[in-house]
Amino acid sequence: MRHHDHDHPHEPVAADEPPAGARARALEELLVEKGAIDRDDVRHRIDWLVSRSPADGARLVARAWVDPAFKERLLVDARAAALEVGLDPGPSPLVVALENTDAVHHVVVCTLCSCYPKALLGPPPDWYKSLPYRSRVVSDPRGVLGEFGLTLDEDVEVRVVDSTADVRYLVIPRRPGGTEGMREEELAALVTRDSMIGVSRAGPPLMFKS
Amino acid sequence: MSYRVGQQVRVAERSHDGHHRTPSYIKGKIGRVERAHASFTNPETRAYGRDGLPEKELYLVGFAYDDVWPDHRGGRDRIYADVFEHWLEETA
Repeated sequence: MRHHDHDHPHEPVAADEPPAGARARALEELLVEKGAIDRDDVRHRIDWLVSRSPADGARLVARAWVDPAFKERLLVDARAAALEVGLDPGPSPLVVALENTDAVHHVVVCTLCSCYPKALLGPPPDWYKSLPYRSRVVSDPRGVLGEFGLTLDEDVEVRVVDSTADVRYLVIPRRPGGTEGMREEELAALVTRDSMIGVSRAGPPLMFKS
Repeated sequence: MSYRVGQQVRVAERSHDGHHRTPSYIKGKIGRVERAHASFTNPETRAYGRDGLPEKELYLVGFAYDDVWPDHRGGRDRIYADVFEHWLEETA
């Protein structure tokens, strides 16, 4: 990059910048220069993304656990169910909720890129975007789930769902035993990001209060 | 061509230059239509700045693991993927 004869100002390419980061920055600068996007669009999208978190998806799951009629609506049309509780389901026209039961366990992957229900779960974890997860969970799901600490009985049907197109998938984990008396807000704290991807169960939250 | 839920289908076994959303591990495999989602613009043309029209029907297709990864352990496990109509074929 010694030759640099165009005339707009920008930060120099740093030697320690990761190649993907440098490429993204170069693309952004080119798109801004061409007038395809402006910097405010980019900032606005990033703000939107980081404002989302798994707490949003957890609200849907907890509501489904306490309200069977809501769960049915969530399973029929998760986008409409999210709107019903005041959540922004994101730009995908179709969001599908998959219910884990004692007989069926869903786990979601995007083998072709990193499709993820960002509006309801926030930014995806790095491992979800990594080649090892994307390639191995489809060929050896039980092995990969085991590495996450989740061992399923042989008679449980594992369903790997590869989100290859426009649909975004959200797993409804099983409600943990012993939570019968808990309120919806307390239940939501049990619903983790990983349990809504399907690589773990919903579980007791870690607490560092004492 | 449209398909109904429960119907057996084969994923076309063809190569495709350029962007497409059919993963190679299911090409040529026989599965079952699990859901008929809706129609969406075609990513194969949209990826190159075109409008993606006409829209294509998108299906969730389920496969038995044994048919896709023969050395898989876990006999009843299934793998699902979303496949556009023009990548599906009727089985005999």
